[in-house]
Amino acid sequence: MKQEIKLPEIADNVVSGFLARILVKVGDVIEKDQSIIEIETDKAATDIPAPIGGKIVDIRVHAGDEIRVGQTIMVVENDVRDVTDVKEVKGVKGVTEGKDVKVVMDAKSEAPHDLTSSRPHVLTPAYLVPASPSVRRFARELGLDINRVKGTGPGGRISNDDVKAHAKEVIQSPKSTQFAGYAEVPDFSKWGPVDYQPMSRIRTITAESTVNSWQTIPQVVQFDKADITEVEKFRLMSKTAVEKAGGKLTMTAILLKLSAMALRQFPKFNASVDMKNKQIVYKNYINIGIAVDTELGLLVPVVQDVDKKSLTELSVEINGIAERARNRKLTSEEMQGGNFTISNLGGIGGTSFTPIVYPNQVAILGVSKSGIEPVYRDGEFVPRTMLPLSLSYDHRLIDGADGARFLVWMCKVLEQPFLTWL
Amino acid sequence: MEQHQVVVIGAGPGGYRAAFMAADLGMQVTLIDPQANPGGVCLYRGCIPTKALLHLAKVKEEAMKAGEWGLTFENPKIDREKVKAWKESVVKQLTGGLGQLTKARKINYIRGLASFVDSTTLMVKAEGRRAEGQEGKVEEISIKGKEESTLIGFENLIIATGAVPIKLPFIKEFTDRIMNAEIALELKSIPKRLLVLGGGYIGMESATIYKALGSEVSLVEALPNIMYTMDQELVGIYLKQNKSLFADAWFETKVVALEEIQEKVVATLKSVDRDIEKKEFDAVLVSVGMRPNTGGLELEKAGVEVDQRGFIKTDEQGRTNVKNIFAIGDVSGGMLLAHKASYQGRIAAEVIAGQKSAFDARAIPAVVYTDPEIAVAGLSEQECQEKNISYRTVKFPWAASGRAVSMGEPVGLTKLIIEEGTERILGAGIVGRNAGDLISEAVLGIEMAARASDMALTIHPHPTVSETLMEAAELYYGHPVHIAPPKKRL
Repeated sequence: MKQEIKLPEIADNVVSGFLARILVKVGDVIEKDQSIIEIETDKAATDIPAPIGGKIVDIRVHAGDEIRVGQTIMVVENDVRDVTDVKEVKGVKGVTEGKDVKVVMDAKSEAPHDLTSSRPHVLTPAYLVPASPSVRRFARELGLDINRVKGTGPGGRISNDDVKAHAKEVIQSPKSTQFAGYAEVPDFSKWGPVDYQPMSRIRTITAESTVNSWQTIPQVVQFDKADITEVEKFRLMSKTAVEKAGGKLTMTAILLKLSAMALRQFPKFNASVDMKNKQIVYKNYINIGIAVDTELGLLVPVVQDVDKKSLTELSVEINGIAERARNRKLTSEEMQGGNFTISNLGGIGGTSFTPIVYPNQVAILGVSKSGIEPVYRDGEFVPRTMLPLSLSYDHRLIDGADGARFLVWMCKVLEQPFLTWL
Repeated sequence: MEQHQVVVIGAGPGGYRAAFMAADLGMQVTLIDPQANPGGVCLYRGCIPTKALLHLAKVKEEAMKAGEWGLTFENPKIDREKVKAWKESVVKQLTGGLGQLTKARKINYIRGLASFVDSTTLMVKAEGRRAEGQEGKVEEISIKGKEESTLIGFENLIIATGAVPIKLPFIKEFTDRIMNAEIALELKSIPKRLLVLGGGYIGMESATIYKALGSEVSLVEALPNIMYTMDQELVGIYLKQNKSLFADAWFETKVVALEEIQEKVVATLKSVDRDIEKKEFDAVLVSVGMRPNTGGLELEKAGVEVDQRGFIKTDEQGRTNVKNIFAIGDVSGGMLLAHKASYQGRIAAEVIAGQKSAFDARAIPAVVYTDPEIAVAGLSEQECQEKNISYRTVKFPWAASGRAVSMGEPVGLTKLIIEEGTERILGAGIVGRNAGDLISEAVLGIEMAARASDMALTIHPHPTVSETLMEAAELYYGHPVHIAPPKKRL
């Protein structure tokens, strides 16, 4: 018999995801629990396992599609009728289409989900969206999905004004995933062979959030070098102890700890700018994001309450986070709520760079590669390990003198950690 | 090699619409078709000539009926040659008009046949054999002084080559006795006994024409009824009016052999519950379906993918798997209807021009031009049930329409399918005179997401049959004018 495989629930409050890759093709014989597609939501990527086995006879989605929970992904054919795997959901409106529809779910799930009640955001099927052809066209021209526009007319009818209102909402929303008005790029194939690849979800989000930051935050970058000769000695000395606890004592972990102290010392750097209400939001917690380079692209998991954790605890936590980021197991919650960010490119190289401040934060610390340099001290040159640091900050809130004081403080504490005892 | 910005292959309603739109959007357009003027099957051998002949059938039927109302005509004489000439004049006038419109838009019209060399190059044979049309039967096209093949390069291309009638395996080729619908329209003779094979809309329209011209028409249909995919309530009302259309009708029956013996055709019929029967006719019309007309295009050279039935696969913009190649109309599958092709042609042209257009029609109307006509649009009751939509159907019988009765057309029905809750009009079905013209109001309503009250509160001219739409909508709220209100719903 033929059975449809639908997109199961991915996480709480997630109603749709972007299809990053299809891992199987028509004609493949798949086994139950074999990964069939890779879905990207906000910033996490997950493999979706097949709830049933069989031969794939049809794939109804394409890479790059936005897929809703409950939407049919593919159709498989199998001889065995595994009754436990197939549960018919009656009264599902708007999500299922066609005759003989069965919602196929993981046999492990306890009860069939009623898609109408547990998914308040189920989208109206395209053929039922109450909008006239010209309104639908207008939305398409703006690059908006008409299915997401709320209609204010009788029977929920969507007017041109509703589309405009939705566009405004989308543009103002910081989580904006839809942008209108990008310029066309030239046809590069005129000059040579080209390949086209859809932008991944992560790439799109990074692109949109950096543009957002670049356009709204006037950024200044302050450079300095810290003498980390002593800290480096301490790091090597304490390495084994931290390893025993299951962590790895890295420069990033040390900088994380020191940044938390700096943020306590300079609360402005832990704040956010609210231009709409002309106010500054000071936060009484210290959450710091760490930029992680993964195969999928840049991910920025956030370490919570850094100031309340010991260096060993932080080292263990960073280890776990980095691993989860690389295995694409981070949840979107783990990437929210950061006040400040550290981007350490020292492992790769470079003398300095200018990081971009994260939207809704005011500063980011860039770390480059450390090296031994001659330092003139007490009438002679001595070899010292120097670490280049750059601090990008939001000039709307932070002035040049504040920026310089912050970075100088960081460098001093790195040179003489005991200063913080004073 | 000459480079072309937009090339359209096939100048049927989809192809010429695409070409005209592309030209109006400021692009340089080349339109390739084997005929002297645009029009395609629709104008040359389909919609238009059929409707001209159906009009004659209608006039005759009316004249005969008028006797009942006190206006008696003599039995009409049918001059086949004159009828044919009139039909051809209609075709000529309309296709000629399209030719002028093509020139006025400065479209480069190439009379010839095209095949792919690769995804940016076409081979155009100015003089060639037609692959489309009468399948298996090639038709010479003579073009003065031009016999060479030319290569042309293109940036964007739209395939609009349409569809051709399916030929059953036991038919070697279509002839004047074993006809497809196109040959039947040539009116080479009026057979005494005609067997129509297939009771879809083409079979029904052809049967209506030949019946009016004096043939005794019989039908063989594999499904349990005529127009089986249409709303069967509407079909039932049509049948009540047409009890004597067919001399014989065999349902759930297939023809398994056709033999031409001495100016006769012997058909072997095989049904589920009866023995094999042999029946003799003077001609047979085969109208069992259409297949995509891609023969000779050499799609594989461009890498264009087709589905299992051979229709070209496209996305909602009409784009094939090859980025710069589009396909529209019958050749891309779906409902094989000229107006759908035309809409798709417009969309494809807009997409090529860089607009963010897509085919997102909510309702594609379908009309059968029988007497009376049957027209449907939007969702059917069956589709609503399948999609779990809660709906209510309201029906207004034409016997209660002053206009219908005064035209002597009291048999008819207008029905609307309305979503409960939102009160939106989701579908409509009409059987009755000019149902095809009436359905457009419902199509606009569906596209505009109109509610039943919008239609009920719109003033309709009196007396017209268009009022039946308004009255049906009124029925939803329980206060129609010209029939007794239904019992109150709680």
